[in-house]
Amino acid sequence: MKPTLPLTARAALLSFILFGATVLVWQLAIESSTGTAPNMDPELAALLGPQAKGQSAFPAPMAIFDELVRHVTDPFYDAGPNDKGIGIQLAYSIGRVALGFGAAALVAIPFGFVIGMSPLFYKALDPFFQLLKPISPLAWMPLALYTIKDSNSSAIFVIFICSLWPMLINTAFGVGAVRREYLNVAKTLELGPFRTAWKVILPAAAPTIVTGMRISIGIAWLVIVAAEMLVGGTGIGYFVWNEWNNLSITNVIAAILFIGFIGMVLDQLMGRVQAAVAYAD
Amino acid sequence: MSITKNPYDPDVTLGSGCSCGSHSSQAEHDAAEATTSDAGNESTEDILVKSVETAVVQAVFGTDMARRNFLRAVGASTAAAAIADVFPLGAAKALAAEASAKLEKSKLNVGFVPITCATPIIMAQPMGFYEKYGLDVDVIKTAGWAVSRDKSMNGEYDASHMLTPMPLAITVGSGSNATPWTMPAVENINGQAITLASKHKDKNDPKMWKGFKFAVPFDYSMHNFLLRYYVAEHGLDPDQDIQIRVLPPPEMVANLAADNVDGYLAPDPFNQRAVYDGVGFIHKLTKEIWDGHPCCAFAASQQFVDEMPNTFIALYKAIIDATQYASKQENRKEVAKAISPKNYLNQPETVVQQVLTGTFADGLGGIQKVPDRIDFDPFPYHSMAVWILTQMKRWGYIEGDVNYKAVAEQVYLATRAKEVMTEMGLTPPESTYQKYSIMGKEFDPEKAEAYAASFSIGRV
Repeated sequence: MKPTLPLTARAALLSFILFGATVLVWQLAIESSTGTAPNMDPELAALLGPQAKGQSAFPAPMAIFDELVRHVTDPFYDAGPNDKGIGIQLAYSIGRVALGFGAAALVAIPFGFVIGMSPLFYKALDPFFQLLKPISPLAWMPLALYTIKDSNSSAIFVIFICSLWPMLINTAFGVGAVRREYLNVAKTLELGPFRTAWKVILPAAAPTIVTGMRISIGIAWLVIVAAEMLVGGTGIGYFVWNEWNNLSITNVIAAILFIGFIGMVLDQLMGRVQAAVAYAD
Repeated sequence: MSITKNPYDPDVTLGSGCSCGSHSSQAEHDAAEATTSDAGNESTEDILVKSVETAVVQAVFGTDMARRNFLRAVGASTAAAAIADVFPLGAAKALAAEASAKLEKSKLNVGFVPITCATPIIMAQPMGFYEKYGLDVDVIKTAGWAVSRDKSMNGEYDASHMLTPMPLAITVGSGSNATPWTMPAVENINGQAITLASKHKDKNDPKMWKGFKFAVPFDYSMHNFLLRYYVAEHGLDPDQDIQIRVLPPPEMVANLAADNVDGYLAPDPFNQRAVYDGVGFIHKLTKEIWDGHPCCAFAASQQFVDEMPNTFIALYKAIIDATQYASKQENRKEVAKAISPKNYLNQPETVVQQVLTGTFADGLGGIQKVPDRIDFDPFPYHSMAVWILTQMKRWGYIEGDVNYKAVAEQVYLATRAKEVMTEMGLTPPESTYQKYSIMGKEFDPEKAEAYAASFSIGRV
């Protein structure tokens, strides 16, 4: 019997093969679609772009790789208010997400606690949550722009509103679902309500609360791109819009990869927190 | 080390590019130099003085080549003395310094949508027109007109690029809260086109467009009103026989390529961009519908005009100055180069150049030469506003009685434009009202109400 590689190594190998195959198929597809340029008057040819001369509008993998290298090697250039490096744009987006998400956590967790501990509040407020939760965050944008009267704050507000519901509902649910036994033990030991909340309920509900936060930050990162495409100015969403404006598919794909990467990092960070607060019943 | 160029230095190129030639602008050159030099900073007053000198020297020599040759031959100090002899440079400097001292605010944000209509507003930044009037302006790119309107009404922008019908609509409260808005200057005239998808190459007669989906950049746009006018003259009802939807200009080419729309009447560079990318062809330039029609505007709130009169006038002069510069054919290539980079239009330079010079590929295999495809004329004729209002009435955007002239005269600052242009040594037109001929039909601003009701297709 042949010795087999450990599972992780085999998975890594498979990932690599899948990646290589995708890139190869992509490259071949681009090459096959690159038709020969028709005989064209050179004066006219100078006025037209590569697509009008029969080339594919879609970039080859190598072109995207070059673009990625260019962005990574010069991430912080600043060539005016409408042209900044990708590092600066990502920093703006992360900053907005942090502010909106942080504000939502400050509201949702204490408020969720109160709701979770009171079955009356829980039942009374539930219909509102159910109504407000499914609203697309971007639907708030015109209202926010109109009432807040500041586009940057409006973008942060949209992040706030979309991060709020998962955290609020999860906190309320987690707090409400703490096992009776724990609370009874606390009562027997004559703990005050604040100590009970801090020492018993919070650790018991923490995994559910953090799950809510993980969902929220994922949504917030999805929404910031769309919000910035709408209000413009700065951020990775604006960067995508600006490159779409120039129909630069290469840069749009490069930006998509950056968005995916940052989203993954944010999710992994919350995953770490989740692992830290987990406990076995 | 300075952020302005010394106009008496024969090695310096005035205009775009830098003195050593290896940087795209003088500012960039100086920034690079600043890191190696320890010289002190220049005060704003020095900048101002030098800007005045630059303007005068440029005016005296006309071309940069002449200036450089002259300076090399006689030396800078002789040249300065000679010019000071014939031109009261000191007085001009004092005047500019005084004007700047009176500015209520010198750091401004001006919004623009990335299209060639905004050329004067955009180019005034890289080409130093704002600086010349003592202003430090950031031009901020905006995704579309609804956002631009909201940001303007929020006060995030001190002034902005708008479509000529927008200040009228904002003032009368059509599509927004009624807020007094002003339009001190028109940006461009002509410069739009109807672009159709390549698959419609054989459908050159609008009568064949039944069921087509068209895009325009905004409801309150000349694009919407011209498209409606054009198809209605060919017997199609724009609300019944075709579909008109609003799309931000940057999204139009992508939608045309994706077959989401059959065509659009849109601002450039997106008509030319469709040809450049091989997805559409130019069916008609709007100049063939109404030669000299207004399109985009420089707009500001009444509040800004009233509360910051000196800043407003400085900004106004910078815009008029830039508009005059852009209207000269020989400057168009230089302007195209200045506004194409990522910070401004973010388009291939050849596309912008084709729009501005009027030598362009039409998407049908030909090259056309139409030098006045786009032109720049700042004068905000009241009659233009009256025409726009008649079309808003015609298509039901405003209802009831409209006092055409009163609204036009409140919003379009033609009288103000006359004063400022005269002060700048330009010759504004005598009358603020004109008659127009649009597709052969006459428009008389004195008979606005009758005109609005005179069309067989309309809602009046």
